[in-house]
Amino acid sequence: MNDFRSNTSSDFRVRASFMALLVLVLFGVLLLRFAYLQIWRYFDFHALSEDNRVALLPVQAPRGEIFDRHGQIIARNTSAFALEIEPHKVPDLEETLAFLGTLIKIDELDLRRFRRLKGELRRFDSIPLRPIMNDAEVAKVVVHLHRLPGVSVNVRSIRFYPHNDSSSHLLGHIGRISKSDRERLEQTDQASSYFGTSHIGKLGLEQSYEAELRGRTGFDRMEITAGGRMVRSLERRLPIPGKNLRLSIDGELQRTIEQAYGNRRGALVALEPSTGEVLAYVSMPNFNPALFIDGIDAATWDSLNNSPDKPLLNRPLRGTYPPGSTYKPFMAIAALESGKRKPEDTINDPGYFMFGNHRFRDSNPNGNGIVDLKKSIVVSSDTYYYILARDMGVDLIHEYIRPWGFGQKTGIDLIGEASGILPSSKWKEERFKQPWLPGENMSIGIGQGYNSFSILQLANATATLANRGVMMRPRIVQSIDDPNTGLVKKTEPEIVRTLPVSQQALDLVIDAMVEVNKSGTGARVFAGAPYSVAGKTGTAQVVSIGQNEKYNAARVAERFRDHSLYVAFAPAEQPKVAVALIVENGGFGAAAAAPIARQVFDHVLLKKPGANSGR
Amino acid sequence: MLDGPFISLFFGVAALSCLIVYSAGYDFQGRFLDHLRNLLLAFVIMWAVAYVSPTQLQRVAVPLFVLGVLLLLAVAVAGDTSKGARRWLNIGITRIQPSELMKIAMPLMLAWLVHRYEGLKNIRQWLIALLLLLIPTAFILAQPDLGTAMLVFAAGLFVLFFAGLSWRLVFVVLGAAVIGIIGLIIFGDAVCADGVAWPGLREYQRQRVCTLIDPMRDPLGKGFHIIQSVIAVGSGGLFGKGWMQGTQTHLEFIPERTTDFIFAAYSEEFGLLGNILLLALYAGLILRGLWIAIGAPTLFSRLLAGAISLTIFNYAFVNMGMVTGILPVVGVPLPWMSYGGTAMVTLGFGAGILLSIARTRSQTVQGFVLQRQ
Repeated sequence: MNDFRSNTSSDFRVRASFMALLVLVLFGVLLLRFAYLQIWRYFDFHALSEDNRVALLPVQAPRGEIFDRHGQIIARNTSAFALEIEPHKVPDLEETLAFLGTLIKIDELDLRRFRRLKGELRRFDSIPLRPIMNDAEVAKVVVHLHRLPGVSVNVRSIRFYPHNDSSSHLLGHIGRISKSDRERLEQTDQASSYFGTSHIGKLGLEQSYEAELRGRTGFDRMEITAGGRMVRSLERRLPIPGKNLRLSIDGELQRTIEQAYGNRRGALVALEPSTGEVLAYVSMPNFNPALFIDGIDAATWDSLNNSPDKPLLNRPLRGTYPPGSTYKPFMAIAALESGKRKPEDTINDPGYFMFGNHRFRDSNPNGNGIVDLKKSIVVSSDTYYYILARDMGVDLIHEYIRPWGFGQKTGIDLIGEASGILPSSKWKEERFKQPWLPGENMSIGIGQGYNSFSILQLANATATLANRGVMMRPRIVQSIDDPNTGLVKKTEPEIVRTLPVSQQALDLVIDAMVEVNKSGTGARVFAGAPYSVAGKTGTAQVVSIGQNEKYNAARVAERFRDHSLYVAFAPAEQPKVAVALIVENGGFGAAAAAPIARQVFDHVLLKKPGANSGR
Repeated sequence: MLDGPFISLFFGVAALSCLIVYSAGYDFQGRFLDHLRNLLLAFVIMWAVAYVSPTQLQRVAVPLFVLGVLLLLAVAVAGDTSKGARRWLNIGITRIQPSELMKIAMPLMLAWLVHRYEGLKNIRQWLIALLLLLIPTAFILAQPDLGTAMLVFAAGLFVLFFAGLSWRLVFVVLGAAVIGIIGLIIFGDAVCADGVAWPGLREYQRQRVCTLIDPMRDPLGKGFHIIQSVIAVGSGGLFGKGWMQGTQTHLEFIPERTTDFIFAAYSEEFGLLGNILLLALYAGLILRGLWIAIGAPTLFSRLLAGAISLTIFNYAFVNMGMVTGILPVVGVPLPWMSYGGTAMVTLGFGAGILLSIARTRSQTVQGFVLQRQ
């Protein structure tokens, strides 16, 4: 042993012990760090690691399909290849668009829609550039996909309307969920139902039955790697397909009527009086609902929106018109029920009626001679109703006409119904801050003046008349069929009210309406019909439904022509169908409107129901 | 006889490493078998070196160091470049990384030097030691390989510490480090603000430290790995997600999950309890190493055993600190846990030296000859 060794040895022992202590202290620091992360922050990190590994992939639910009363499909789904871009993944969007343009044809229209949707949609949505591509185009794009980050070709379910323009106003259309849709959904707490879907019903049945048609989006909870590669599915919730709608509409009848209108404008509603089922719902001109699915381009939109024919107007629901002489049967019943007239009361019709210094002209300038109530309907004597209206006054008319549903919504299962105007002195006071003038009574009596009703109201009132005072709620959807459960939810006929009208008054008026088609204004149209028709023609002076039509010299003359109206039901004894229709600027009611009604009756009454069913 | 406690602790770590490399390396063909082979290699080297006497080690110290420096020189002149760093030397059959050799050669050399002078007694001897420490470190730093340079430098520094480095200096440096770390924690946001340059450091080094302070500065870039690694550790909780059940591990969120970041995988699957076990094993190995050093019969073996024990600590602490986000990310493997042959060999060699010294100690304790060298 020497001093050197023992000295340094004890110094070494101290230094080694110091280091041992340092080691333990620093390991202690690590231990604290572990405990902090694994106990104190455990829940945070646990949640983060779950978030990390899981991606929810929405699986779109097929939208419910729509069938007509004979089971013919009128709205279904089909799939197509769509070229979609997720802009946030694309390094240089303009370059990508330009390159895609060299591969396949991408026109102005596609680009405009793309840019518009890009502004509207959520940041992470994929935006369609070409919603439908053919196989050759798919092939061209797919081989270049590896150098096009953010671009994808997806199979997409798209709404398909096999009959194109037919029934477009009835069906409405679906469209991309817009900013305002999204705000509305968020306010009504429905936003979560639209996770993973891009479309929503915008109009018509697609909108009105959105909740049933939509179904529920399914999802795949996928485990993913940091690089986004799918590893496996952790959980799968299958999408629940939307429910199918079976309509009371007869698709073939729809198309027959649409053809009958040709390029004329107008609206028609045909109802089954006993149930309120809508057999036909036509608005002409119509449009192709497929145009709207991914956003219509500006030029097409302008041409539809600015057309003087107003193809986008849902006429039966939202167009309101003076009913003209089709109003007379209801006036006649009001006269009898209010006790202001007895059936045998007569007036002399010289072709006009003088009220003060004002001459109210009859549509028959030569007059109809001595006219009683029945004749007033058969020959459509204006004079009879001028005098009746003068005697009743607007408020008594309002009281007896209102139960027929005029000036009120019918409660049909479509969103956006207009209520129209059934005037009263109170109404005028509120609307114009002016008292009712006695001189205004006369035009009310012949269905002119402030009277403004929808064709749906008119059809509903006609069906109520056919139903001898029992008013049914008009219904388009006959049943809602759940394809998951096979459950069929039938829409039960619903009585709105039973009008307190006497059978005697009904008999008298219906009898007169039958006579209209035998010897009166509708006689020629229904010559040879193997069923009896109770009807009433109408001719309404034009009150243009739009205010901002463009001046077009060639068309103006036509636009000033009277509207041609017709209401009818048949067979008169046991009504199966009631119809109200208008041919805008069609002229005399019997000339334009009644022949279309005959096609409806022939179709419904003479063809065996269900003869065209199936596909 | 080999030192029983040390060997037992070594097998404890090796067993855990097999479990976790099997799990984390599941997606890599053959990684587990390679790891077993590496562990076996480490054990064989350890065993072989354990039967080399410290005297013989003393003889190879200088040649090994000279060879190491020459190889580093060769790397600087004609090394292979990979991932922007020139670290490898192609010697025909395989590529070697001379800086790894230095991790052992450095403490050997300095221990030899101190032993030769019988303690560093004057400023000249200190300067020579410092020069021997700095030359290889500078070479490795220039490759650049901050992690290895640090390990090599630290290994040498430990020798100098045990050789009697002034306590005052030790405390000044430790104190400065503590103040620096606290300062960085408090003023981190300010000094990491854009446009602030740090004197003496390069921009990427500043970024690395700043990313450590707040990984969210660059969550998808440099910060991503450390964030995901910390998530893995934290989501392990007290008991872990279970063997083979680590989602962060198996879903590729952990970078280098079988090598430098294997501790994140381990921690995710085995939780805090697993971490405590591993920490205890390492603490046991290091303390046993220091105990061996204290009882070593010669100055050379004392210094060497002390430095090697602390090198094991250095590896383990820096690695676990980096993985849990309290130290900057530097390429330091976790001893005997991380997959990879080079570190296995180096650390096996180091452990072998410890065992060799332990053998002379046991002779000492049993009252055999105390050789005067």
